[in-house]
Amino acid sequence: MKRFAALIDRLIYTRSRNSKLALIVDYLRHTPDPDRGWAIAALTESLDFPAVKAGTVRTLLATRVDEELFRLSRHFVGDTAETAALLWPDGPRIKADLSVSEAVDALATASRRDAPAIVASLLDRLDADGRYALLKLALGGMRVGVSARLAKQAFAQAFDVPVDDVEELWHAIPPPYAPLFAWGEGRAERPDLKDVAFFRPFMLAHPLEDATVDLADYAAEWKWDGIRVQIVHGGGQTRIYSRGGEEISSAFPELVAAFDQDAVIDGELLVRGEVQGGEAASFNALQQRLGRKNVSKKMLTDYPAFVRVYDLLAVDGNDLRTRPWTERRRQLEVFVPRLADSHFDLSQVIDATDFDDLAARRAGARDTAIEGVMLKRRDAPYVAGRRAGLWYKWKRDPLTADCVMMYAQRGNGRRASFYSDYTFGCWSDAGELLPVGKAYSGFTDEELKWLDKFVRDNTLNRFGPVREVEKSLVLEVAFDSIHASKRHKSGLAMRFPRIARIRRDKPAEEADRIATLLAMVT
Amino acid sequence: MVKPKPWLEPHPHGLYVKPADLWIDPSRAVERAAVTHGHADHACSGHGSVFATPETLAIMALRYGVDAEASHNQAFGYGDGFERGGVRFSFHPAGHVLGSAQILMEYQGERIVITGDYKRRYDPTCAPFAVVPCDIFITEATFGLPVFRHPPTGGEIAKLIGAVRAEPERCVLVGAYALGKAQRVIAELRAAGWNAPIYIHGALEKMCALYAVHGVDLGELRLVGETDKADMAGQIVLAPPSALNDRWSRRLPDPVTAMASGWMRVRQRARQRMVELPLVISDHADWDELTTTISDVNPKESWITHGSEDGLLRWCELHQRKARALHLVGRDLEEEA
Repeated sequence: MKRFAALIDRLIYTRSRNSKLALIVDYLRHTPDPDRGWAIAALTESLDFPAVKAGTVRTLLATRVDEELFRLSRHFVGDTAETAALLWPDGPRIKADLSVSEAVDALATASRRDAPAIVASLLDRLDADGRYALLKLALGGMRVGVSARLAKQAFAQAFDVPVDDVEELWHAIPPPYAPLFAWGEGRAERPDLKDVAFFRPFMLAHPLEDATVDLADYAAEWKWDGIRVQIVHGGGQTRIYSRGGEEISSAFPELVAAFDQDAVIDGELLVRGEVQGGEAASFNALQQRLGRKNVSKKMLTDYPAFVRVYDLLAVDGNDLRTRPWTERRRQLEVFVPRLADSHFDLSQVIDATDFDDLAARRAGARDTAIEGVMLKRRDAPYVAGRRAGLWYKWKRDPLTADCVMMYAQRGNGRRASFYSDYTFGCWSDAGELLPVGKAYSGFTDEELKWLDKFVRDNTLNRFGPVREVEKSLVLEVAFDSIHASKRHKSGLAMRFPRIARIRRDKPAEEADRIATLLAMVT
Repeated sequence: MVKPKPWLEPHPHGLYVKPADLWIDPSRAVERAAVTHGHADHACSGHGSVFATPETLAIMALRYGVDAEASHNQAFGYGDGFERGGVRFSFHPAGHVLGSAQILMEYQGERIVITGDYKRRYDPTCAPFAVVPCDIFITEATFGLPVFRHPPTGGEIAKLIGAVRAEPERCVLVGAYALGKAQRVIAELRAAGWNAPIYIHGALEKMCALYAVHGVDLGELRLVGETDKADMAGQIVLAPPSALNDRWSRRLPDPVTAMASGWMRVRQRARQRMVELPLVISDHADWDELTTTISDVNPKESWITHGSEDGLLRWCELHQRKARALHLVGRDLEEEA
């Protein structure tokens, strides 16, 4: 745990991506199996110990530390794992180091009942830095800026193997990735994926910004506002992966059942909406289906999922990824009719005559499920990640509204001392300010400092971590779309709200009315 | 609930000793002030007359241009003191920075100690804290939460030297408060065998010289402004915390940013400061020092002046010790802790 704790500490304070990469490369090269595999899985949040939760740690702490002192400390530190690591008294067996795999084994076998005792016995063997590493490993929320992509790059660099190979193999092999390390170190052949429904890294797009493209070279498709998925059928299994390579099959059993062809597709998972005569519903509807481990019958009927298919990566045992888009598209058009049309349809190519025509259609698109336009180079193969010039996304311009800040809450982690999460509202016809959304991004560090000071200087009331502020500051909020919602008193919910501008110049009375926002609901 | 004393009034801007018509560490200019130490949140400028240790008066003279020798100011060594309005005042080492003192007041058979800021661990640049028995102990509580346990200083200094040696083409830039912390880090480096010249920001120069005059040997110091960039590779540079991410640091060879402060114990605090190498070195008592000191002094009552009062109050409650918080303002020089 010492090496792992030291790695985490270095990663926390290291800002540059290359330096982070170098630290992980060094760790992977010089740490034995299975510790390094568990460590990298922990860094990329790929471990889950269902029996150990933040509540477990809080309960446990109460047996060693006064609850009030824990509460005060937690409030100051802003993170449960770090607070607990600092407060836990040094144990009698502190000298005996604990390996990462010992810790993982113990945590994995813990039941909800014996979890506190198990965590306590592990904490007793570690110093403060080790305790921090252990608790982050157990609870997740590592926040050291290591994405799965960075970890894979580090692996490729550590063992001098192609990163695309690593991406493919990564999700096919569970932690602690022993066969992967054996292959990396040249001790074994590349693991065979023939009979595995393995994940292929997604091809991603750059924003188009202000550029234009020639439609002779690029095909245009609508960018749908669902979640990007890959459906893989192989080795008698069907698996659905999200963009990050996380498996989400259990949330969409009807799609798993309906995908019965030997193929790999890339598409957008959407929920069918009633209002649009069977067309795609808003993201709001899809959200009802996300993150569920068990899906009720009612869920399946109320929010029926389907996939709008964008691309065909493999079919009948042939990998198509090296073929140009035009050829994959031709095969895709032949392939999609083999799937049940109740659950799969083909993403249409927009038959715009030229770029201006496309711009006009993009501007005129009123369907809420349309997020913008995708531009795909016709001669490009399907390659992992974002490559310059191959795919572009061209989002619709955001909507904006002038809202009034109502409440603020402190952020987490790096923002623990800043009031960085803002709830804002608009005026009802009765002249009452009703909350319409919450945003915690869009501002610069300088603006954050200013906003934080505004909150502190204009606090009216405190409700635990939340401060109610003087209703005097107008925030221009940008959002992708707005929907009816029963959750908020205003009856509205914004999608992707962010602070576009601080309107110190505008009096609060002149902020927008709820009625104005209602007119934007599509 | 503990009642305030009729002869000692806590005000938001300081403690007023009524029979002596004198303030202790007032945060605004007054006619007469007794000052525990030279940090700006305890020693402000413009007082009519100041009662303090000779070192503190010298520091105030350096910072505010006050004439240390002026007849209206009076210097007292540790153990010495004066009497005014029936109150006997005396100065005792606080172990915080050069010249820092606790002030003991005796009046009508009652003894009150005000610590100013203090720490209990070894510091090569100042006299160690003395336990002064008293009835009322007025303590600081900057690190009055049990998450604050400063590790041994030697380990942090070793970390600093290790970081310089690990990347000899870079330098390590240490943010350290100009009065106290900077000189202590330098003295600790010398004690650990770091004999190379140490490079300092211009804002540290005069205070380092003052320490040398008072017998604290800091070895060879050079000014960053008078040194070529390349000569500072593999070297240690000290600057006030405000200069860390300032344009000033561009004159250094690819600096690793370090910061010496008790706040560095909390990771997210260090990250907020954009620090790459946090060094947990503080001139304030940590949680164990605060609680041990209350036990050692064993007063009838503890008054807690500034910092995390709530944490220390809770500890007193759990240990059945009488305590109250005095809400003094302007006592949070975060940079200095």
